[in-house]
Amino acid sequence: MSDLKRTPLYDLHVALGAKMVPFAGYEMPVQYSLGVMKEHLHCRAAAGLFDVSHMGQVVLRASDPQIAKAGIERLIPQDVMGLEEDRQRYGFFTNDTGGIEDDLMFANRGDHMFVVVNAACKDADVAHLRAALEPDVTVKLLENRALLALQGPKAETVLAEHHPMVAEMRFMDVATVPLAGAECWVSRSGYTGEDGYEISVPAAAATDLAKALLAHDDVEAIGLGARDSLRLEAGLCLYGHDMDPKTSPIEASLTWAIQKTRRAGGARAGGFPGADRIFQEMADGPARRRVGLKPEGRAPMREGTMLYADESSDAPIGIVTSGGFGPSVGAPVAMGTVDAAMASEGTLLFGDVRGKRLPVAVAKLPFVAPGFKR
Amino acid sequence: MKFTEEHEWLRVEGDEVVVGITAHAAEQLGDVVFIELPDEGTEVVKDDEVVVIESVKAASDILAPLDGEITEVNAVLVEEPSKVNDDPEGEAWFFKMKVEDLSVLDDLLDEAAYKAFIS
Repeated sequence: MSDLKRTPLYDLHVALGAKMVPFAGYEMPVQYSLGVMKEHLHCRAAAGLFDVSHMGQVVLRASDPQIAKAGIERLIPQDVMGLEEDRQRYGFFTNDTGGIEDDLMFANRGDHMFVVVNAACKDADVAHLRAALEPDVTVKLLENRALLALQGPKAETVLAEHHPMVAEMRFMDVATVPLAGAECWVSRSGYTGEDGYEISVPAAAATDLAKALLAHDDVEAIGLGARDSLRLEAGLCLYGHDMDPKTSPIEASLTWAIQKTRRAGGARAGGFPGADRIFQEMADGPARRRVGLKPEGRAPMREGTMLYADESSDAPIGIVTSGGFGPSVGAPVAMGTVDAAMASEGTLLFGDVRGKRLPVAVAKLPFVAPGFKR
Repeated sequence: MKFTEEHEWLRVEGDEVVVGITAHAAEQLGDVVFIELPDEGTEVVKDDEVVVIESVKAASDILAPLDGEITEVNAVLVEEPSKVNDDPEGEAWFFKMKVEDLSVLDDLLDEAAYKAFIS
């Protein structure tokens, strides 16, 4: 694993007994000694600490903050201009054919915009931002900060012991908060379906902060394995699996993340790559759509499982894009893309598992009730 | 007890061989969430895929360690796959099989050889 990068928490992961695997160019903990199942359940019951330092943290600045916001708006179909100071929003970069190049979180931090992107896409995203926005906007990929996520119903009480201000934050608020003696940028958000925080911390202070959080009885370190099952149960898309450069946000069932002001007829409608296709699919409906899938038996239906309308037809009507066992559901869960005609809740489909057609129902997402503090 | 390089253990019980996976294999697999067992009475040839075992991470096949007939399967594992993690070399056996000549077990790894193999 010599070409792989390490996060500032690498030594701590090893000391905690993590099993390290290559992921998006980094050596990352896939699980610790608890194992995926117990880590998952612990996060839903108490609190889990995740190292997500491999993700890209990007600061965008301009002579006038409005210039940076307007610049981002040209690249994503979200309402950036209307995002209030100290607030964050979910979005995605679209391409000229209306597909998704990456998903992201963007925050209005007053004099600058702060964007968090996927690890595997971060170099491409930064190049994309620079090509589109420089020189009016400077785009800086931060290499000197770690990113931690503290997730779960106990996250608030745990983090509030380090600074009471975090208890006052609502879902998607962002704030600068001193934690473990360092200036941290905290958002009340995450990707597990639970309440919690994402904390950008200077690299030099990251291990101390992580240790301080892990010292709490309610907090366990959680690896990428449980991160994946947590986000799957929460019905959240994983880039490169549930969405990709060919999948439009409408097909990915992410229409909710396109604010009215950017939609056809809105005050700042369009003006982002691929708007034509996206507006057309919003008007006419997409040909296929991401849905939740609940296998009726015990066999997990993994990514790549072909879906059929019945037990004998030759032509698939969809494919599983993420799938596995949902520890909190206590049964297999999946998401997939299916023909629009087969996408309504309760539709019975068949997944080809090892040559057998097993029943699977289109199901409501998320599979678990979200714990966000709105 | 005898072992295979596929991380199975085999234990002779009367004229039958009881088969399961080793503690090392169970740990590597992680939390087991699904098991599909063969039908009792199935005739198998060595290296046939006889059991499907899925953990939270991935699906794997268990291969028949010998030629023979599946005489009994541990159906409780279908309802409680996590037993494989709790007691892989005891309660969580997968199947019993009848083989023509038990002396074929002599060619398999003994405990010391298996330990050396996984280290």
